[in-house]
Amino acid sequence: MGAGTPDRGAGPFYLMSPNRKVRPMKRAASTFFAAAIVALGLPATVSAQSWSDQPVDVAADHPQVAVAYDDGGRYYTEDDVPTFNVGEDGSVDWLTFSGFRRYHSECHVCHGPDGEGSTYAPKIKNSAVNMDYYDFVDTVVNGRANGNSVMPHFGDNQNVMCYLDDIYVYLKARGMEAISRGRPAKKEAKSDLIQENENACMGS
Amino acid sequence: MKKLFALTSGIALCAGMAAANESLKGLIDDPNQWAIQTGDYKNQRYSKLDQITNENVGDLQVAWTMSTGVLRGHEGSPLVIGNMMYLHTPFPNIVYALDLDQDGKIAWKYEPKQDPDVIPVMCCDTVNRGVAYADGKIFLHQADTTVVALDAKTGEVAWSVANGDPSKGETNTATVMPVNDKIIVGISGGEFGVRGSVTAYNIADGSMAWRAYSMGPDSDILMDPEATTHLGKPVGADSGTNTWEGDQWMIGGGTTWGWYSFDPELNLIYYGTGNPSTWNPAQRPGDNRWSMTIMARDADTGMAKWVYQMTPHDEWDYDGINEMILSEQTIDGTERKLLTHFDRNGLGYTLDRESGELLVAEKFDPAVNWTTGVVMDKESPEYGRPQVVAQYSTEQNGEDVNSTGICPAALGSKDQQPAAYSPETELFYVPTNHVCMDYEPFRVSYTAGQPYVGATLAMYPAPDSHGGMGNFIAWDGKTGEIKWSLPEQFSVWSGALATAGNVVFYGTLEGYLKAVDATTGEELYKFKTPSGIIGNVMTYTHADKQYVGILSGVGGWAGIGLAAGLTNPNDGLGAVGGYAALSDYTALGGQLTVFALPN
Repeated sequence: MGAGTPDRGAGPFYLMSPNRKVRPMKRAASTFFAAAIVALGLPATVSAQSWSDQPVDVAADHPQVAVAYDDGGRYYTEDDVPTFNVGEDGSVDWLTFSGFRRYHSECHVCHGPDGEGSTYAPKIKNSAVNMDYYDFVDTVVNGRANGNSVMPHFGDNQNVMCYLDDIYVYLKARGMEAISRGRPAKKEAKSDLIQENENACMGS
Repeated sequence: MKKLFALTSGIALCAGMAAANESLKGLIDDPNQWAIQTGDYKNQRYSKLDQITNENVGDLQVAWTMSTGVLRGHEGSPLVIGNMMYLHTPFPNIVYALDLDQDGKIAWKYEPKQDPDVIPVMCCDTVNRGVAYADGKIFLHQADTTVVALDAKTGEVAWSVANGDPSKGETNTATVMPVNDKIIVGISGGEFGVRGSVTAYNIADGSMAWRAYSMGPDSDILMDPEATTHLGKPVGADSGTNTWEGDQWMIGGGTTWGWYSFDPELNLIYYGTGNPSTWNPAQRPGDNRWSMTIMARDADTGMAKWVYQMTPHDEWDYDGINEMILSEQTIDGTERKLLTHFDRNGLGYTLDRESGELLVAEKFDPAVNWTTGVVMDKESPEYGRPQVVAQYSTEQNGEDVNSTGICPAALGSKDQQPAAYSPETELFYVPTNHVCMDYEPFRVSYTAGQPYVGATLAMYPAPDSHGGMGNFIAWDGKTGEIKWSLPEQFSVWSGALATAGNVVFYGTLEGYLKAVDATTGEELYKFKTPSGIIGNVMTYTHADKQYVGILSGVGGWAGIGLAAGLTNPNDGLGAVGGYAALSDYTALGGQLTVFALPN
């Protein structure tokens, strides 16, 4: 099963996720579906490897990284892809901090501490830079298999789906070496909008 | 008449099976075989073989090797029964039968068909701790919880049974233990909200004899409110539900993925239960019985005779599943039947295994700081409870608070890697982790078959120590004292072997097989095998010559945390990358390496 064959379908939490509503809902959703349709015909571009993975050249041009604008404490590129933000005093945006926590609850038992990979799962901090955002999302929602390397599908897991952008921007920041290993020392406050989104998604 | 016939044939069957188990006992008692993963029913991992000694072990050479063809983490060890060696692999759980009379030619190979969807629901790699043997059958407990009995001569499937449901996160990593006419089978999945259980299946046909859950109603946990005791007192009614809120016990964890031991005289089996689900203690108020508990159960009925909960209301993921090592030693002038257990929580326990009386509870790594110790005063209401240090209590610090500097880390001062015991030196030889952590719990919701964790962890080598992540120690279980301690760069994740040659063997994550003097700890021999070692050392003879075997193949929990190295976020930026990365020392690959003295 390649990255572009979402045979299990996106879970309801994904579609309900308020993360999708932050920017003009229509545009984000249509971009997602367009990307999914394009991806259908493509083989997986990042194979599941262990201990070695496509390295990231942080000096190169990465269109999915630079902040174009922010919306209630969430940062986006000019293509409306979520991204991280590190302030001049080193404080990270809330999503990056939140992503650190959620990653080390849900993902690190395979992908290792700080996205560094394990003996059997890839260095996912690099994947977050090398992969297209929508492919990344698709892989988390639907899973992927490559022989005995299997990524599970998290589409029906609220603990992952409600924090998918958090995990993504955290890993992208790690892959770009914008933050060091371990817990980010300083962070922006959690905005009301982020709290509202979280409550709506987690149903609390 | 028909009924009578069925009855008598049943009796004949029972008698036959009891005899079959006698033959397994005979094989276990014969040091020329390695008939059970744990060395013997006592889990001593001690061999009476003495051709290889502390005088000549320095001359050890590689006799032969074999690739398993699998890259994931290789735990456990092969068995040797007569001229046959039975070698297993991690997922896909291949079993090879090797004929030692023909230089290890593959007599048969068994590879089960398993749904790859089981792979990602196995927390922490697809390890498997080996096959078991009894009654002419090889027992394999697959990743997907299928237990299969294979004809030891042909590899033909005699029967198979599904012990759990992987779609709910129920998986397996452990071996099974044949006892009397049954095999004892555990289950994994504590990070998926699985309710742990131990099940006995009849060797003859795979039918279920009994199942005992770790929590739930008395009829589920097989406890008698009056007869079953906890620290000498009856457990009382509903002990498996009355320390949980509402129905939380139904996803309560307490899985049973460790090792099992057996005392034939008492007819009791011993094992430990794992962490309560989730890792966020605020979400499950109460003592969460009987997670984190040493269990003593009747082998025939499963009824619990006594229990001891080591870590009530776990706040750190200190699973209690490590092996229970049985020994006979003299304490205060009386020889007692003892049980010694090195827990993830960093305490080494010695109990009377007949009564469950707690005799010793002491730290086996001086770095342990989450507790000041266990209350040993029987008159105290806190008797038997570890006293928690508030600074390191993730419960008292609360949700969304990062508790820092907790020792040991969640992987414990020791994980499943089994220790050895020598009745000659009366010392335990313990592979340990020397790693501490920061732990931040937060709220999570439960979805069947999905991870149910609820905490973020950062792990790093124990501060203010030798900088390494492991030690290999010798421990006096009667007094609770470390006799000697060998620092290791990485956690020691390999099961130890002690022999009558006064030698102790263990493996390291860099891939070394090491031999040390059983009395002094002096290193006598080391050899770097092709990959990091998380398997257990075993020994046997073939054609009257002693061999020592070890599986290489880095992976498991160690392959996750240590692959890229660990960093201490509290050390400041300068220290990042300052610790050793396992990937700088070794690469993947399953291989058996067998050692012998030169001819």
